[in-house]
Amino acid sequence: MTFEEIKEKLKYNIVGIAGAGGLGSNCAVSLARSGIGKLIIADFDVVSENNLNRQYYFYEQIGQIKVFALKDNIEKINPNVQVEIHNVKVNEENLTDIFANCDVIVEAFDDANAKQMLIETVLLEFPEIPVISGIGMAGFGNNNSLKSRQIDNLYICGDEKSEVSEENPPLAPRVNIVANMQANLVLDILLNN
Amino acid sequence: MTITLNNRTESFKLETYTIKELLAEKKFTFKNLVIKVNGNLIKKDKYSETKVKDGDKVDIIHMISGG
Repeated sequence: MTFEEIKEKLKYNIVGIAGAGGLGSNCAVSLARSGIGKLIIADFDVVSENNLNRQYYFYEQIGQIKVFALKDNIEKINPNVQVEIHNVKVNEENLTDIFANCDVIVEAFDDANAKQMLIETVLLEFPEIPVISGIGMAGFGNNNSLKSRQIDNLYICGDEKSEVSEENPPLAPRVNIVANMQANLVLDILLNN
Repeated sequence: MTITLNNRTESFKLETYTIKELLAEKKFTFKNLVIKVNGNLIKKDKYSETKVKDGDKVDIIHMISGG
């Protein structure tokens, strides 16, 4: 497929991104560069200085609401992408409204409880929508530990081991690798259907 | 019983286990798990009543913070 053919196909697709942190912001930018038609992004957070070690924001955006800042950044890269944003904390109730029309949903939260809530709600409410989760990416090194696997309509990217802690912080390289594994799987699913 | 657990074949002493017993046997003590048995999601409140038997496909995913 040529890039023109890829863009022609992707322009009709909608991808939901739950969380606009390290995984979500980088995944969204890669999908925008690839020519995705529409992104639906939900997050409740604001940009802080310690986000800049891995998230797709700029120093001057500190203090801005993440979904607004991310929409601005995406539009600077590819103004053809429609970006629908929701400045809310995603929960079981609002999730089904926000992401109902998505072709694929990317789980891009940092908190384990939120990850579980999103995966379980999508599996129960939208069993036909593929959901791609990022699990285990703290620290540095160990390239080959980062993998992806499929369990029916649920896809897991990451090492499924490395938990974030004071001594094992999330850093740009591994978080970006997993964010882009998620974006790559989105393309795989959309372009092969 | 012999089951497929996270894509690997594993054998256990007894013929059947509840999810709760299986987690204890495997020493999976992690708080946040997503569990599927033969493709069906099993939520936490059903761990004690859901049984796993020979031939089942079980997937247990540890929800790890970070992103």
